[in-house]
Amino acid sequence: MASLEPIAVSAPPERGRIAWRRYFSNPLLVTGTAIMSVVALLALLAPWITSYDPYSIETLNRLQPPSGEHLFGTDQLGRDVFTRVVYGIRVSLLVGASVTAIAGAIGLLVGLASAYSPVCDHIFMRICDGLYAFPSILLAISIVAIMGPQTGNVILALTIVYIPSIARIVRSAALVVQEKTFIEGLRAQGAGVFRIMGLHMLPNVLSPLIVQASFVFAVSILTEASLSFLGAGIPAPEPSLGNLLLDGKNVIFKAWWMTVFPGVFIILMILGLNLLGDGLRDFLDPGAGSNKRFAKRKNAVRRRRRRSD
Amino acid sequence: MSQAPLLEIKHLTTKFSTEQGIVKAVDGVSLHIDPEETVGIVGESGCGKSVTAESILRLFDEKTTEYGGQILFEGRDLLQLSEEEMRKVRGNRISIIFQDPMSSLNPVYTIGDQIMEAIRLHQRTSRRQAREKALELLRLTGISDPERRLRSYPHELSGGMRQRVMIALALSCEPRLLIADEPTTALDVTIQAQILELMNELKEKLQMGIMLITHDLSVVAQMCSRVIVMYLGEVVEEAEVTTLFDRPLHPYTSGLLKSVPQLDGRRKQKLYEISGAVPAMHEVEACCRFAPRCPFATELCRSKAPSLEEAEPGHRVRCWHYKDIQANGGGSDGSGLLVTA
Repeated sequence: MASLEPIAVSAPPERGRIAWRRYFSNPLLVTGTAIMSVVALLALLAPWITSYDPYSIETLNRLQPPSGEHLFGTDQLGRDVFTRVVYGIRVSLLVGASVTAIAGAIGLLVGLASAYSPVCDHIFMRICDGLYAFPSILLAISIVAIMGPQTGNVILALTIVYIPSIARIVRSAALVVQEKTFIEGLRAQGAGVFRIMGLHMLPNVLSPLIVQASFVFAVSILTEASLSFLGAGIPAPEPSLGNLLLDGKNVIFKAWWMTVFPGVFIILMILGLNLLGDGLRDFLDPGAGSNKRFAKRKNAVRRRRRRSD
Repeated sequence: MSQAPLLEIKHLTTKFSTEQGIVKAVDGVSLHIDPEETVGIVGESGCGKSVTAESILRLFDEKTTEYGGQILFEGRDLLQLSEEEMRKVRGNRISIIFQDPMSSLNPVYTIGDQIMEAIRLHQRTSRRQAREKALELLRLTGISDPERRLRSYPHELSGGMRQRVMIALALSCEPRLLIADEPTTALDVTIQAQILELMNELKEKLQMGIMLITHDLSVVAQMCSRVIVMYLGEVVEEAEVTTLFDRPLHPYTSGLLKSVPQLDGRRKQKLYEISGAVPAMHEVEACCRFAPRCPFATELCRSKAPSLEEAEPGHRVRCWHYKDIQANGGGSDGSGLLVTA
């Protein structure tokens, strides 16, 4: 073969740089992370952000409207609503994160096992079907009712409720991966079951798992708030966003600030987590994103053609 | 053929239990591969070539698969080994390359990691030594810029490069037998030629036997010394490659040879086609399996199954009428076209 002069090609950018660029070109992801970082900072720095105690009762300052002194006003017992909201976010995030972590881990194991063994599949998936048959709030309420209203029990109830949604996602992703030739290739190389599952299946199902986990995070915050609002969640003096709404409900026409501010923060958190989940989905699955872009371009071409016709 | 064969399969049957009943995908296949020999296995889709290959490594789910017969390799019957012992054979003594290079590599690990894993599955080496070995293997496969490839992810490579990586993976423990299951089907023709060339080269270098599964007769002509033709789970003909191309005895083989397009300019000549389709595996009855599609089939063919007979030394055929067909020139009109292959 004739020798060819090498063509000067600019070095491809590093993988890390590419990842950053992709991150910033994804507005959903950027907005989602921004909202969630602010919320998380509020929760983490709660004791330093506000000088009030969320439990201290000042009967003289009952139902004060928002002012410089009490940013979000005060409630029927004169407690600072801003402080209670910030501490409530703490509880919400704690519940959400614990549920996501525990349900994520168990769901991952259950999903992988179901994809691998037909026997496990039949058993686990029928249990999941059974859990799915109940409305999630109803199921959570009954579990908390049986075990008693405590933060730990709320976490446990929500974990049980949301394991199926994770397990199903992992199972279906794992079933797809399992059909890939490289899994058979690994068997042909002499790799054992656990190596294949742990080192090769698991990383391939992580991205749908992460996306689903972010949605579970959001719904478990929402469900916890609903439970507390119904009085079946976090027990009363402890501030949780649901409790605050419940307190505010009775005086909603006298003190709007007691319902509006906790409500706004619930919305913010759910919005942030959903944006984060959508953004992560595009970020972790480049194919889907580029397809969308491609489809957009194709549509534009089609439209232009139609116009010129 | 004084030395013992590297691999000897005796009356292998592989049955799958499916919802429609039991399917005999491989039915009484016997064949052998000598050390440093390349044996081609040809046949239509669904004739049991790949099942035979994967049965050697016992890759099917043992719960729904039943093996019969013997697979003798290095003095042991692979079908009698425990799963633990079998794992030491897979990838170590016998390797397999699959058809589809696009999904044969795990997308989340680098090429280097995957080759190193294959090495360390069977050999006690440090990561650094394994990395050296992986680099050496990649060099062996003639991939460009092997150092960089070690750090590449599968999606960064082309199909031909991935197949080279697959070869490096398969050779990582210097197996005695390499099973190549349509290794070039998914590649374009120039890359195909390069990959085949590479396999030939490496066979000599590493002194291993190759079992080449393909439906491409030109690949067989280029690579193999012996060919085994399979039809519906059975061996129908086995011969040296030149003998098979010159004097095919089984009507199916001559049909296959006639259905290869010729590039010598004779246009307007219609390509031969074997009429009918491959019947489903569980519809097979006690008769010659090719009889429904065979132009020479008689009452005998439809009532009794022929056995594999030795027509001449090293040339076996499963047909009642191979002598008559050959005498009438029924099978030879397509054979002259392929001598150049």
